[in-house]
Amino acid sequence: MAPSSFTDLSELSLGTTMKTIFPNPDDILNFVLEIKPDEGVYTGGKFTFTFNMTQAYPHEPPKVLCQQKIYHPNIDLEGKVCLNILREDWKPVLNLNAVIVGLQFLFLEPNASDPLNKEAADDLRASRETFRRNVKVSMAGSSALMMLAHSASRG
Amino acid sequence: MPGGHATRRWQYLDHIRRNPGPFNQDSDVSEEALEALDQAKILVIGAGGLGCEILKDLALSGFRNIHVIDMDTIDISNLNRQFLFRQDDVGKYKAEVAAAFVERRVKGVEITPHNCRIQDFDEDFYMQFQIVVCGLDSIEARRWINAMLVNMVDMDNQDSLKPLIDGGTEGFKGQTRVIFPTLTPCIECQLDLYTPRAAVPLCTLATIPRQPEHCIEWAHIIAWDQEKPFPDLDKDDPEHITWLYQKAATRAQEFGITGITYSLTQGVVKNIIPAIASTNAIIAASCCNEALKIATTAAPALGFEESYMMYSGDDGIYTSTFKYDKKPDCAVCGEVAKPLQVDPGMTLRELLDSFAVKPDLQLKKPSIRADDKTLYMQFPPSIEEQTRPNLDKTLKADLGLDIGHEIAVTDPAFPALTFRFILSFT
Repeated sequence: MAPSSFTDLSELSLGTTMKTIFPNPDDILNFVLEIKPDEGVYTGGKFTFTFNMTQAYPHEPPKVLCQQKIYHPNIDLEGKVCLNILREDWKPVLNLNAVIVGLQFLFLEPNASDPLNKEAADDLRASRETFRRNVKVSMAGSSALMMLAHSASRG
Repeated sequence: MPGGHATRRWQYLDHIRRNPGPFNQDSDVSEEALEALDQAKILVIGAGGLGCEILKDLALSGFRNIHVIDMDTIDISNLNRQFLFRQDDVGKYKAEVAAAFVERRVKGVEITPHNCRIQDFDEDFYMQFQIVVCGLDSIEARRWINAMLVNMVDMDNQDSLKPLIDGGTEGFKGQTRVIFPTLTPCIECQLDLYTPRAAVPLCTLATIPRQPEHCIEWAHIIAWDQEKPFPDLDKDDPEHITWLYQKAATRAQEFGITGITYSLTQGVVKNIIPAIASTNAIIAASCCNEALKIATTAAPALGFEESYMMYSGDDGIYTSTFKYDKKPDCAVCGEVAKPLQVDPGMTLRELLDSFAVKPDLQLKKPSIRADDKTLYMQFPPSIEEQTRPNLDKTLKADLGLDIGHEIAVTDPAFPALTFRFILSFT
């Protein structure tokens, strides 16, 4: 077992916008985090992330993937998340709470300066209003999102 | 005159600081060493009965850079012994008022107050100090800072080792101990010295209370959580205590128990320990002398050989200083799992309840895992729900636990700790 993930989980502070789902409660190294932002442009959406902690945790960061196709400058269409503490800035003293706060922040303040989804970042930079509209459309359905992604890549 | 006065104030202390003795070397009394003492940063945890004394004593022992943490505000009932506070200070933060008072009274000392919980700070904060002195009334806070200081030790960095001086009093009794984290027995090693006082098995509280205290704890732990009359329990708010008092009184009546009073309710909920000013003075003074000796090496301090001084004044007067042994299976500074002998037929719930009263554990909200199985976790909610059915299962027959299995227990009060056990059956 990985004791640090055990202690980590017992002190998660999830607030009202998040919950965890354990497909297999005996396996606490893998779980799903559901976020329903109640602030910012993603309000009303529901996003889930898989968390995978390897045996090397906390010496290595948890692997976090978004399960939905999402229109977000810092999350690509494969679900990879651009969050510094999930990569180069991870330190063993950090914990799941830090990651979860980071994710929450991404929904509150999508950030155009270090994009994984370049189109979304360009939209955000060009016009916050257009970006906001695109987010709404994308959350209405993933097919809409695909259209959007295509039209964006066509320029 | 002020200059002369200032010099004379430290005249005798300077003798101790400047003259080499049998226990130190010339280098210890060099100008650099003296300067180092002047620069030394010392942290005081608690600005209550012991804390007021400690701050005064440290300032008068020549420590010039002191920080103090206390989350509490001053209550009128503190004024009889917490002598840095006045009637006008009631309601203000203890740390702030105490720091300002001692700074005014002892020129040249700088005291930085922190009006918050020790848990609000991280390793980086605690790393800046050379010595930590605790004057606390809570075992939980002691365990927390102990685990923090033990975890901070990095064998390659001598400065990461912070001596911890811990004072404690109860009525006419008291204790002073010095801990060199990882090197000498830590507070967790010595946890079984405290009898768990308030920890009554939850099942007793929930089913058949026997004493008025049980009814009060029931109101405090169970009824409050269920009914949430106010968002957060403020143990200093008379309205909140009244609510608990009335709940407890009703329950006591149901079970034919007498003896519930408002002040007993307050006493149980706040875990009030009778305090005597002079005992605080004795213990604080001995803590600060140890701090001075550690900082100056002027004389051998408590620590490596004998680490624990007990003072007992309630049956004549007696003090004893002794060596306490490090526990190899200590959850904080030990390396091996502790043996845990249980009845294989007991339920998981009974096992968890027993953790509250086990002297070397005293855990109120334990979560528990076996090798590859989550037995019960209090948090997050989804996994709590999934594992709740396990609570009524028996350890061996239902849950499949067996002799030699390792189990791990955690509690939100001590986020850095995992208690490891090797199971055996009675």
